[in-house]
Amino acid sequence: MNDFSYTQAATAKEATGILKDQPTAAYIAGGTTLLDMMKANLLEPPQLVDINSLPFKGIEQTKDGLRIGAMERMSAVGEHPLLVQQFPAVSQSLLLAASPQLRNMASIGGNILQRTRCGYFRDAAFPCNKRVPGSGCPAIAGDNHNLAILGVSESCIANSYPGDLSVALAAFDAVLTLENQKGKQRRVPITEFYLLPGKTPQKETVLEPGELIVAVTIPTATHAQRSTYLKVRERSSYAYALASAAVGLDVQGGTIRSARVALGGVGAQPWRSREAEKVLTGQPATEATFRAAATAALREAQPRSENGYKVELAQNTLVRALQQVAGA
Amino acid sequence: MELDIEPNFADTNPKAGVVGQPLTRVDGRAKVTGAAKYSAEYNNVPGLVHGVFKTSDVAKGRITGFDASAAQRAPGVLAILTHQNLPKLAITPDTPEGKKAIGMGVQMGFLPLTSDQIYYAAQPVALVVADTLERAQYAATLLKVQVATEVPTVSYQDPKAKLFDPTKLTVGKTENQPKRGDAQTAFASAPIQLTATYHHAITHHNPMEPGATIAHWEAPDRVTVYDTTQGITWTQKSLSAMLGLPVDQVRVVNKYLGGGFGCKGSTWPHTILTIQAAKAVGRPVKLALTRPQQFTSMGHREDQEQTLRLGATKEGKLLALLHEKTSTTSAWDNYAETNAKIVDLLYDCPHFEAQTQLARANVMTSTYMRAPGEAPGSFAIECAMDDLAYRVGLDPIQIRLLNYAEKDPSTGKPWSSKSLKECYARGAELFGWSKRNPKNGATRAGKTLVGWGMATASYPVHSGQGNARVRLYADGHAVVQAGATDLGTGTYTVITQVAADSLGITPDKIRFELGDSALPSTIVSGGSMAAGTVSSSVYLAAQDVWQKLTKVAVLDKKSPLYQAKPADVEVVKGRLQLKANPSKGEEFAALMQRASMGDVEGIATGRYGAGYESAQAALNASKTKKDDAGEHSMHSFGAHFCEVHVDPELGTVRVTRWVSVVAGGRILNPKTARSQIMGGSIFGIGAALMEGTNRDPNLARYTNASLADYHVCVNLDIPDMTVEFIDEHDPYINAMGVKGIGEISIVGTSAAVGNAIFHATGRRLRALPITPDKVLDAMRQPA
Repeated sequence: MNDFSYTQAATAKEATGILKDQPTAAYIAGGTTLLDMMKANLLEPPQLVDINSLPFKGIEQTKDGLRIGAMERMSAVGEHPLLVQQFPAVSQSLLLAASPQLRNMASIGGNILQRTRCGYFRDAAFPCNKRVPGSGCPAIAGDNHNLAILGVSESCIANSYPGDLSVALAAFDAVLTLENQKGKQRRVPITEFYLLPGKTPQKETVLEPGELIVAVTIPTATHAQRSTYLKVRERSSYAYALASAAVGLDVQGGTIRSARVALGGVGAQPWRSREAEKVLTGQPATEATFRAAATAALREAQPRSENGYKVELAQNTLVRALQQVAGA
Repeated sequence: MELDIEPNFADTNPKAGVVGQPLTRVDGRAKVTGAAKYSAEYNNVPGLVHGVFKTSDVAKGRITGFDASAAQRAPGVLAILTHQNLPKLAITPDTPEGKKAIGMGVQMGFLPLTSDQIYYAAQPVALVVADTLERAQYAATLLKVQVATEVPTVSYQDPKAKLFDPTKLTVGKTENQPKRGDAQTAFASAPIQLTATYHHAITHHNPMEPGATIAHWEAPDRVTVYDTTQGITWTQKSLSAMLGLPVDQVRVVNKYLGGGFGCKGSTWPHTILTIQAAKAVGRPVKLALTRPQQFTSMGHREDQEQTLRLGATKEGKLLALLHEKTSTTSAWDNYAETNAKIVDLLYDCPHFEAQTQLARANVMTSTYMRAPGEAPGSFAIECAMDDLAYRVGLDPIQIRLLNYAEKDPSTGKPWSSKSLKECYARGAELFGWSKRNPKNGATRAGKTLVGWGMATASYPVHSGQGNARVRLYADGHAVVQAGATDLGTGTYTVITQVAADSLGITPDKIRFELGDSALPSTIVSGGSMAAGTVSSSVYLAAQDVWQKLTKVAVLDKKSPLYQAKPADVEVVKGRLQLKANPSKGEEFAALMQRASMGDVEGIATGRYGAGYESAQAALNASKTKKDDAGEHSMHSFGAHFCEVHVDPELGTVRVTRWVSVVAGGRILNPKTARSQIMGGSIFGIGAALMEGTNRDPNLARYTNASLADYHVCVNLDIPDMTVEFIDEHDPYINAMGVKGIGEISIVGTSAAVGNAIFHATGRRLRALPITPDKVLDAMRQPA
């Protein structure tokens, strides 16, 4: 690990100001991704700016929905009664992630910005287009067992975001509030926050240099209240999803009035499936409908040598999640 | 008085003492308070500095040069050691003579930093020493290595790989191609013929504590090494050979070990390189492997496939077994687990044949891993027996009883003891096996399929020998010493119990010291040998104490035993007394005080296993079997029972119930023993369902060398486990009747899981680990 300096910022202005002068500095909140990567020599920031004192806190009901401060911790948010009541899928996505120790450390903003677990990205000895643009992607012809099948490119097949929270947030139309170095705030739907790899897999989000995540707002909705997050993995806990599904249904008289579907573990980004939602909406809440939605969700899948199983697994995961929500 | 036979401790007041009681770990408090010092924690060694490896990105090539200018200028850097400037060793393990001189302690026939060759990914190419760990780490990132890269061979499955038949493996006495009868012919004419191939992923030991060494040259020709080793005597001998120093000038210390599972059973390159680094900089050096480095520094269980052909009668009686194994080995060693051993001896079968093939690849060498050979070998034979049971319509236990081996089929020798039938019966009772629906895929629980499976376990009693010293003080305390290691399994505790009973004092009066080559030398804590060997040594050393005190008593006019014949004296709970008249005698403390003896010391060599079975030992057990000396086959046996829930749509498998029943001779401490069996079974469940290290198929470098990505079981994966022991009295093993239980619990474990999955789904999965992708794939096939 390189030598680095450490500064605690008391305000957003102070924090963003430091990054204006030192663009290669890094913000640190829980540090659960950043320190791992620094220890593996994947990131070598000369300066860390601790943003834990920033006032991006609180979980409160607003007219736009439930607003969660970016500095809140995964455990506190996951267990919060308002979230459990209004957005069960979001709560579950937090509590099924990582370990209790990590959930106590990791911030919501940091979770949204966590980096891929692709083994080639995480080991500096490998070529990797995301880490060193233009160096190549050995995963495409290599160990791609855990990697993505939707939204991938010839440059990169990583699940850029490997986690759970943003999958649920994508399903339920969450909006991020960002603040830039001029102190100006903007609102970006999470479905537009992440970028597909294309030819520039190193560019993962629309975040501008120095820009901070301030808050996440999730609009209240009937389909969000009746929701679940189903996560499939090789062991029962402390593992990333091979496939996951965040789903919500508003069913009245056996007919689906509105539906929300997002998949995790299979997309280059948290994978909102409007194709599946379209199939579900207005249809009876039956297994046949769910199966048709699952087929639609995976229609564009591009499996590689070792991750072909994810097509069926993601479909079955989605069907099971829909069945659970529909009570079928 | 001469002690001409090894007394059978099993016959001396078995119920009276603390042996066999569930004593809580004597080192537990030191561990949970942090007082227990592990190898990397001797930070008070004066002038300690830190070493860090720079490792190779590529798996094959030649080092053409270094650019060390920036690294050398980095603050705190003391040395950058490479093959160009590392102090030369007296002997290296890369020649036949060197290997012979160094002995069993070093398994790896190549030492990095002694040549410009790169044979495997993450091979150390330089060792950077600096005044702090962080500065050494940083300087290592600045060191640039120029490499002429070559295309690596990845595994035995690589089209470039050349298979060869090793005439002799690096480790293991087993001849490569054991043969009994005419298995080919017997198989060809067998009414039932089953052939199947089994695959095993690479697995890693991943002890909680990665490898670490602190090397301290106390004089130009004397070094103390704090090292994560399971066997300080082996390590001491190997290091002394490599360094060209007399054995007594090399001291190896290991007071606590955070697990080993076999990967700390050998001396690996990082230890000797740290010692040489300390020599080069003239200061003590610490080097602690990182978790990723652990995956390429201390071996692994090799990637392998086995094909088992089984021939049987229509009734299910075995006629022939033919076993073939193919596996990957490193560029320089011929290591392969000898899977065939257990296939050869588990069931009564007249014809047997085995073959082994290896392929060299650009990989780190593989090594012993908990039940090497027995663990994967049992997966093949125990799945095959399950297949046979279904084929002939017998219950899985019935097929095993039909083929029960009343003597060791591989040697024809009688068992020293075998309580496997009792294990089956008790396990079945605890599990409720009689309620099992014989039909596959017939039991559902919600969306999941429920299956019950079982398998046999067995592990050999290897032969071991070691020394111990007992010093008994007149005030009723004792210090007991043996240069053993405690992997965390309870050696401190169980040997304290043995010493307490042997000396007739309570455990709190005993301090058992281990883990220092300055203590009496003993065996490596591997091969399940430590408890049997060390307990025997300590017991016999205590007898030496009593013999010495008996001599004092019979010569002491004031003793009630004055002029008694030593052979007429016995010792019961620390009291020396006449066998014929126990009221005539005295406590050792009274005798020692009168004789002005502050303390008395006993020393003895304990022996264990078939290699040390003596005519006297056989006689001791049975007066009619005096000619049986050395004629027994010695093994532990056991049975595992497993319930799984398989989700056929999501591919997940969860173990929901588990029962293990083990017959392992005398159980010294049922609490630590239960932990051993649970730990080994969990290890096996991990291998069955999730553990596997992936090697990139082109670059031969691991892609999941971390504990986030290499999955071991978490708490939620493991149900309440039921563990029981069959009370077994084996008179031939040693003075204590202990067989050892470190490894048996992983034998048969993955087969029990696989057999349960077969029962649940009607699909036989023969490639480990059985992950959701494989289950989904199997579910697409017809049952």
